[in-house]
Order: sequence, then structure tokens, then C-alpha cells
Amino acid sequence: MARAAVPGRLAERLRWRVARLVSFVDETEAARTLVFDVPGWPGHLAGQHVDVRLTAEDGYTAQRSYSVASAPAGSQVALTVQRVADGEVSPYLADVLEVGDQIELRGPVGGWFVWRPEDPAPVLLVAGGSGIVPLMAMLRVRRAAGSRVPFRLVYSIRTPRDRYYQPELRHDDPGVDVTYLYTRTAAPGGGRPVGRISAADLQSAGWPADFEPACYVCGPTGFVEAAADLLVSLGHDPSRIRTERFGPTGG
Amino acid sequence: MGIVSWGFQGRSRRSDQKLPPGQYLTDDFPVLSAGPTPRVNRDRWEFVVATETGTRRRWTWPELLADVETAADYALVHAYGGYTTNLPLEDLLDGQAWIAYRYDGGDLAPEHGGPARLLVPHLYLWKSAKWVRGIQLLLEDEPGFWETAGYHDYGDPWREQRYQGD
Repeated sequence: MARAAVPGRLAERLRWRVARLVSFVDETEAARTLVFDVPGWPGHLAGQHVDVRLTAEDGYTAQRSYSVASAPAGSQVALTVQRVADGEVSPYLADVLEVGDQIELRGPVGGWFVWRPEDPAPVLLVAGGSGIVPLMAMLRVRRAAGSRVPFRLVYSIRTPRDRYYQPELRHDDPGVDVTYLYTRTAAPGGGRPVGRISAADLQSAGWPADFEPACYVCGPTGFVEAAADLLVSLGHDPSRIRTERFGPTGG
Repeated sequence: MGIVSWGFQGRSRRSDQKLPPGQYLTDDFPVLSAGPTPRVNRDRWEFVVATETGTRRRWTWPELLADVETAADYALVHAYGGYTTNLPLEDLLDGQAWIAYRYDGGDLAPEHGGPARLLVPHLYLWKSAKWVRGIQLLLEDEPGFWETAGYHDYGDPWREQRYQGD
């Protein structure tokens, strides 16, 4: 956890900006990607997040953090929002917000859980459920930069229907290996029995610790704890493992 | 007031809750860490306070805590695993902060910072460093891990001091 890994301090206050929904696409039954136009957007690094603020008519506000799913592209910022049962913000974003509607957003935030194309080390991405979002931004930045850094993605979801970013992830990307781990229902013809992520999964679908890959683990707390512990037990240096946890307080 | 999101109601406002803006009550114990959970054995745990003059006081698990002489105004808290966070020294004094090592009748679990973590309940919880190992006392404020990345040096939740300049 080296101090040098994070950028300089922010010079100016993070301003709230108006973001207008320009398009959306449903990833699964429970998740929707929202593309916003944010005039003045300063750009972002792969893995960073934004704070979203909604204001009710009586002035009440609610804020949530969402990872950016897209690579930097002018003033456009894509977020993928999973509906949280009983959630306050996510059902509004995923179900109510229409193209042309405006919300407020500020960022980018976070300088630790980021990947930069200048880093030559091989990359292991380990995603649990909606934890794929900031890792997808890394894959997209890799592609946009024309990087040849080898990436491996290990993506754990309950069933094939829970996969985000299809068909983009099915598209053959040279240097990117994608492995799906199903915890409840496997894809037809899949060899691996359903179950939670194991050391064997990370051994076969990840990188040997000797390669000193940069590891990014994102998902719900229990998944991240388990996956990060497995990586440490396989000999990965803890300082090479960065984690981002989607706590139960999301939504 | 920001732009209104039409149709957004929000949760029912309960006036009996004294919570900082943007916070809500949780009965569970969320975990947020920037890396894997360090497993620190109590037999090897130590806690160090280093003053601005270079004096170091060291405590093993059975020894914690005694008085330290200092003229410093700031503290940089260090944790096993490399995490750091800064705050004014006065926010650590007079019972406002604890080294916590028990929770709910048992030892503090590693993912919550065990064997011991700092607990500064009046500030945002990234100031309450898990796996705490020492305090560096400084005459001038020095940013910690998240503060270097733009998080607030003080972090008062009542004033929503999330990022620099808030």
C-alpha cells in the first residue's frame, strides 16, 4: 500500500455537476447501464467512482457512490446500477430516470483502486457480481489505449443470466482471458461444478504469484475477503492486491 | 438546493434519528478495506507513538498505554498493511478516541481491524484505522492514505467533510 501509488492531492474542490441521461441499456434483469452527458467532466481513471446526488421536491437529498463503467470519452460517463431491494436511490436510477432527465454527480473520486495503461505488470481482475463494473472500465481503458498488457478476468456470478456486458465480454479481445465462475447454475456444457471461488479457480484462471501481477478484487464484502485471502495464500504479495467492497449499505 | 429529481421521494424522514447528513442507521458491521485483511498475531503486535522530536514509545499487547510528552498538534496514524490516516491530536484526547480490541463479547475480528483498531466515533470512519500499530505526532499536518487521494483532512460527518474543500 505504497503512498507513491496515489496521485497528488486534488487542487480544487469536487464540484457537483449536472448530468443528463442520454441513453441506457439493461445488462440483466436487475441492472441497467446509464450513460450521462456531464458538461465539464474532467476525465477519470479506470476504477474510479462518482458520487450521485438526488434531490426530492422538498429539498431532501440522498447520495450514493457508483463506479464508472466506461473509459474516458469526452463528457460521457457510464454507470451501471444494480437495483437494491428496498433501495432508496438505485430503483430510481434504474427504473424511473428517463432519457433527458437530469441528476447531479461529482467526481472522479478514489485514486487507489485504479489501473493505468502505463503499468506494464500483468493484471488479474477478480469480480463478484456487480463488482465487475470498475474492472470493466479497466478492460475498456486497456482497449482504448491499445495496450498489450495481458489481462485475466475471473468473474463470479450466480447464473449465466447474471453476466453484465454481454456480448462485449464475449468478443475476443487478444490478451484478455475471461473465466466465469457460477455459484448456483452453470452454463450448459461448462466443466466446473457450481460453487464459490476457490484457490484452484484462481490458480487455473489467474496468474502465478511469480509473475507479480497487479490484482484487483471487487465485489460484496464476503466475496472480497475470501478472494483476497485466497490470493495471499497462493503467494501474492498483499501490497499487489487492491480491493473495493460493495457494502450492504449500498443502494 | 440542487436540481430536483422529479418523482424521487427518498426514504421516509424520521426526525427521531440524530444522524449526520447522508448517513443512515445500520445494525450490521460493514467492512471497507483497501486491500487484503492482515492477520496480526497478538504476541507480535506492538503499538508505537513517535513524537516530533524523534522519541519513540513502544508498547506490547500487555503494556498499552502511558503518558507521552509532546508539543505536536497533529497525528498520523499508522496501521499494519501500510494504511495511514491523519487527524488533529486533540481529537484523540480526553476520551474521544479508543484503541478497540473487543466487540460484542469477543475479540475484534481481523476484517474489522483486530487485534486492535483505532475508533474515533465523531469523525468519518476512514479515520478509525484498522490494524492500528502506532501514532506519529507531528508539528504540521501530513496527509494519510485516502487524504493524499483527495479525502478530507478532518472528516466531520456533520459538515459532510468528505473531500478536500468540503
